[in-house]
Amino acid sequence: MNSSPYLLEVQDLKKHFPLRRGMLKKTVGSVKAVDGVSFAVRPGETLGLVGESGCGKTTVGRMIMGGYTPTAGHIWFQPNGDSSRVDIGSIKPKEMRPLRRYIQMVFQDPFASLNPRMTVREILSEPLIVNKVAKGRELEARVRELVDLVGLQVSHLGRYPHAFSGGQRQRISIARALALYPKLLVADEPTSALDVSVQAQIINLAMEIQDRLGLAYVFISHDLGLVRHFSQRIVLMYVGKVVEYAPAGPLFARPRHPYTEALMSNVPTTRRDVTTRKIILKGEPADPVSPPRGCAFHPRCLYARALCSETEPQLREIEPGHLAACHFAESLNLAGCGALGCVI
Amino acid sequence: MSHLLEVDNLKVHFLLDEGTVRAVDGVSFAVDKGKSLGIVGESGSGKSVIGQSILRIVPQPGKIVDGKILLAKANGNGDSELIDLVQVPPHSRVMRAIRGRDVAMIFQEPMNSFSPLHTIGSQIIEALRLHSDVSPSEAREQAVEILAKVGIPRPQYLVDAYPHQLSGGMRQRAMIAMALICRPRILIADEPTTALDVTIQAQILDLLKQLQQEFGMSILFISHNLGVIADISDDVLVVYFGRVMERAPVDVLFKEPAHPYTKALLRSVPGIDTPVRTPLATIEGTLPNPLVEIPGCPFFGRCHECGGDSVCRDQPYELTQIDERHYVACPRICIRT
Repeated sequence: MNSSPYLLEVQDLKKHFPLRRGMLKKTVGSVKAVDGVSFAVRPGETLGLVGESGCGKTTVGRMIMGGYTPTAGHIWFQPNGDSSRVDIGSIKPKEMRPLRRYIQMVFQDPFASLNPRMTVREILSEPLIVNKVAKGRELEARVRELVDLVGLQVSHLGRYPHAFSGGQRQRISIARALALYPKLLVADEPTSALDVSVQAQIINLAMEIQDRLGLAYVFISHDLGLVRHFSQRIVLMYVGKVVEYAPAGPLFARPRHPYTEALMSNVPTTRRDVTTRKIILKGEPADPVSPPRGCAFHPRCLYARALCSETEPQLREIEPGHLAACHFAESLNLAGCGALGCVI
Repeated sequence: MSHLLEVDNLKVHFLLDEGTVRAVDGVSFAVDKGKSLGIVGESGSGKSVIGQSILRIVPQPGKIVDGKILLAKANGNGDSELIDLVQVPPHSRVMRAIRGRDVAMIFQEPMNSFSPLHTIGSQIIEALRLHSDVSPSEAREQAVEILAKVGIPRPQYLVDAYPHQLSGGMRQRAMIAMALICRPRILIADEPTTALDVTIQAQILDLLKQLQQEFGMSILFISHNLGVIADISDDVLVVYFGRVMERAPVDVLFKEPAHPYTKALLRSVPGIDTPVRTPLATIEGTLPNPLVEIPGCPFFGRCHECGGDSVCRDQPYELTQIDERHYVACPRICIRT
């Protein structure tokens, strides 16, 4: 394994939201949105965070951004490559402020994330002015540099967001996120609202920027095909927990968790030259308020045995760098992408 | 062979103050009994308006300005008669009798299709009693039966649930139950799985295929997702800018796509053969201005293959047969053949 230090290291992160009922708003339980998630991101790499709606992937992203305070666990962040790492999960807001510029976010809906009453120039200038990074001629130069970086023109600077298409707005969002020379970009479903041809443009742009600036990404998505294309390592979540964590290649070649196998087989394909095998899961993801005993996936799992409903499997290393949380990860011979004939 | 539904040169225009938007501009296709036709296109291609035209629910100020929508309607004694839905007034008794009975529709967001104030059971029963003469208790029995059929657990209990009490996947199943309660012969499905997770999407697609076999209904499946279209369709229509660019049986379309637009769409989705971290193929530019009438190929200017050939710009749009059941609207290909 690479010995270089991590830019971001998430350790046993938890976020429980209290569930209040009745007149007195008594706490009757909690939604365990994120319940013990660990992963690490190296400088310049992309980590894909995948799962279905409600699995907690967005909540993890929010905690990294400082939007939620974790219930437990650590988010170690080390922006300057030396050993001065800080836990941004428990840091005071005042101490967080100088670090905030190093972590930026790109949102899913480019129609909601840009202020309609600000021109592109104002949108891109604001972070630079607020953080006292640039002013005057220097500011204008940086703004022009940013629009050029994301493939927009200087003539676009005076326009308002409504004059742009979804793809162009997402470019503006990316430019805004890059304004303060961040080290880490958290992108939460950045292309889900876009058509496939535009999605391809944005993904290409993101890869190009990454290669040029050495940025790291946490790429949150439900689209396995995109994640495979874009990420070096992938974290797969199910009901608040990590079920599998592996480099992209081995994960798709030989998944070690039955949920991963099913998810891969469910991606619809346009391929006609291969016979595909679909694993239709029964039921729906468990309720994070009262997850089932044992493995949260066992009621839907094709391979579940008695043990699965009794003991919760721990995330453990199956092969070097390949972690899975399944009692039978070693003995199950799960089908990878090739055997399933899936397109991703 | 006569078709169950035949759409011929359909034109739906939106007459705005700024000009005319040709949302659907000369689309023709046919749907046979028990078959699925997939309509695939990007946002703004007019695919949803095609579905809305068939039920005559095109929103204002949209108007069907030309074309025919011929539906073979059962007349009760085993035969069928052809009626042109374009000629039927949208608010008429005839049209209301067709909606839900002969042609039913399901939508992307099931929350918007149900009234939040009534139980799903009462809404399914209402749909049934509107079209057939059954007693309330019998209607309730049928509602429970159809809910069981679409895979809703404990249907005798959940028939009294309100829409907000169900999850997204369950609501989509309830909507399918409501659409199928009168055993329609055609189901129009407009992006019914887009808001769902992949595992639930796979369940719903599986359910639709299974119900299609059981009831022998035809499905008009509208989606932007090529994979979903490939999964459920027998024939596929690729639409762009209100026009059909390519029409072919599903195997032909995905094995040997002919139109540059179809090929570009397929390339822009990363597949198992796409080396990771390589640039994805994109389609440069944007849709043409919808207010401007384009006589030639609407993909002109974004197309990688024509290289700006003036023939593509000037040759009037025409869908040409290049093989058995394979039609393409590309001047370059069509002139060659």
